[in-house]
Amino acid sequence: MDIGQVFTLTITQAFGVTALIYLFAAIGLNVQFGYTGLLNFGQVAFVAAGAYAVGVIVLTFDLSLWLSIIVALIVSTLLALLLGIPTLRLRADYLAIVTIAASELLRLLVRSIAFKDVFGGAQGLNGKLGQEFHDLNPLPVDFTLPIFSWSRQDLWVVIVGWSLALLFTLFVWGLVRSPWGRVVKGIREDEDAVVSLGKNVFVYKLQALIIGGGIAAFGGILWAVAKQSVQPDTFQPDFTFFVFTILLLGGAARVFGPIVGTVIFWFLLAGFGEVLSSLINNGYISFLTPTDVGSIRFMLMGLGLMLLMIFRPQGIFGDRRELALDAR
Amino acid sequence: MLRRVRLALGVLLLATLAFLVSGGLSPVHAAETTITGTLTTPGGVAVSGVVVTATGPDGVIASGTSDEKGVFVVPLTAGGTYTVEIDVGTLPEGITLNNEADASRSLLVLGGEKRIIIGLSEGGESGIVAEASGTGERVAQLFLDGILYGLVIALGAVGLNLVFGTTGLTNFSHGELLTLGAFTALAFNTAGLNIIIAAPIAIIFAALVYGWGQNRILWRPLRRRKTGLIAAMIVSIGLAILLRYTLVLFFGGAPQSYQQFAGQAGITIGPFNTTPKALILGALAIVALAATVIWLQRSRIGKATRAVSDNPALASATGIDVERVISVVWIIGAGLAAFAGIYLGLTQNTVWNMGQRILLVLFAAVILGGLGTIYGAIVGAMVVGIFIQMTTLFIPTEMKTVGALFLMILILLVRPQGLLGRKERVG
Repeated sequence: MDIGQVFTLTITQAFGVTALIYLFAAIGLNVQFGYTGLLNFGQVAFVAAGAYAVGVIVLTFDLSLWLSIIVALIVSTLLALLLGIPTLRLRADYLAIVTIAASELLRLLVRSIAFKDVFGGAQGLNGKLGQEFHDLNPLPVDFTLPIFSWSRQDLWVVIVGWSLALLFTLFVWGLVRSPWGRVVKGIREDEDAVVSLGKNVFVYKLQALIIGGGIAAFGGILWAVAKQSVQPDTFQPDFTFFVFTILLLGGAARVFGPIVGTVIFWFLLAGFGEVLSSLINNGYISFLTPTDVGSIRFMLMGLGLMLLMIFRPQGIFGDRRELALDAR
Repeated sequence: MLRRVRLALGVLLLATLAFLVSGGLSPVHAAETTITGTLTTPGGVAVSGVVVTATGPDGVIASGTSDEKGVFVVPLTAGGTYTVEIDVGTLPEGITLNNEADASRSLLVLGGEKRIIIGLSEGGESGIVAEASGTGERVAQLFLDGILYGLVIALGAVGLNLVFGTTGLTNFSHGELLTLGAFTALAFNTAGLNIIIAAPIAIIFAALVYGWGQNRILWRPLRRRKTGLIAAMIVSIGLAILLRYTLVLFFGGAPQSYQQFAGQAGITIGPFNTTPKALILGALAIVALAATVIWLQRSRIGKATRAVSDNPALASATGIDVERVISVVWIIGAGLAAFAGIYLGLTQNTVWNMGQRILLVLFAAVILGGLGTIYGAIVGAMVVGIFIQMTTLFIPTEMKTVGALFLMILILLVRPQGLLGRKERVG
């Protein structure tokens, strides 16, 4: 077993493209769930909106990638309004069910034959989605980093992705320190108290949903650009729940919670997968096959989410006083 | 009278299934199944540009278009009973179906090759006339399908709603109670028991272990710890993920059928096409649901359940043992869910994510009827079941779940407490 290689693969995934996609969704969810207390179970819909905006604009309509980013933000805002206006007045568990249902509804719509011409049906949209972005790649050919094993193309995505993620983190940091942040935290803790101060709670919640959704949409844009493919069945509800796991791992309502959570989550998950695969391939474990590794990883994710929620609902680095989960 | 030249043209649909097991992160795509076939006239002329769609048990849909050689490929994500439909609108001019019923037929996709023969006519008038006369029959057929589907939803939704009513838990792992029940029956069935014997044993096992046991090991300690309802909801999501992939690990990702009744021949009663097993299961489901309703109305513990559902604190104050009621509710809920799972397993097949796929429909039924209202689940389930099937008259079959989810969101807008709910239930 090559420990060096296992470590390289693990650390590459912990900071890699997939981790970044989850990170954007988690930063967005932190605004919605962590700070405002909105139980958004449909975060995957915003990621899908971003990814499909790129796919449809670039492939279906053959327009610029840069235009698609603007469209992605418009679409995610519309989605937030569409989701938020009927549901944000409802109790938390209703909001959860409706948001998860809406995300499934959208997935079924984009994979349907009726809209195949626009969204590509079950196969999705595949092609040169991120060409304009990759053309800007300033890295010299054959450029490699020590420890990490990204391709030149992935490295360019990772550099831009992490820069954006840090920018959004800074934005969230500023946001929650502002008067706006105090109001949404107040909504999370005691909605009635905020109402009695004359604040329009509904508008603040809607704003939180739009901001969080917009940040998550960047995860989708990154997805389309980096993987050059947008497929409907990758946007299953489980995506949202892994984002919740990441957020709770890092600590909800912590500015750096999403970043810490993402890196820990993917480090543990990838590390476990690589070690287990390596053990199986080298004959140390004979009762499992390499295809079982995927299932076991998901089982651990589920178990991890349960244990986190039971024993440390505020997350590993969270503050229990900060996040009163059942305030409403 | 129109002269109709009817050249009985046979079309062979070869459904070839390829199960490709692949590794990678997601077992969702582990098993790749396709329906492929060739559309030709007996003279060998390929019929191209015809859209063939396959609709799976939960509205999952896939389609393929025949190319210039008449070959079409419909990629599926899982096996199961598929409704294979030919879009008559895409048939070339002059080519019609021999029999209007051939436009849509049910196909059990398990493994190996499957052939269905569809007659094509050349030179007939368009199928519009035949379609118009078939609408009445189609409505009747969809109504029966809707009732049968509604009964499955009701079996699943009653437990979901009872648990919510008595404990306040929105249980996202309730779908897995269906899956676990179906797989327990599968395990007994594989061990050699006939499914007629395996099913009741599995239901009792499910009621005691997955119902009573789950409450005892997980939810009761959580209530003691005063874990919040939202935290508990997220715990149930973790549990659902854990259970699903445990099933994948032990049973694999490919769909499986019980050894008996898998390919039962259909029967026609009046305007209805169905299978005997579906009718018997439907009758048993009605008995089970009626027994539950009578139990809630008449028995002491049933009345106590309604009392706890109404107001746990007040019920507790009147001397009702709330924990005991919750135990009973879990037993009944898990038993009914296991029945629903076996029902789906018998009429379609058992697959690791069958419960997850029906969960949102269960929620739609429960919300429609009123979250926490005991009878609301049954009423909501029947409405949703019939609604889902009936909407296929107006929207593509692939979107029938979309319709149900849309209905749920609409209900929340107009009457968030549901049909039978009281207004104060929504905060």
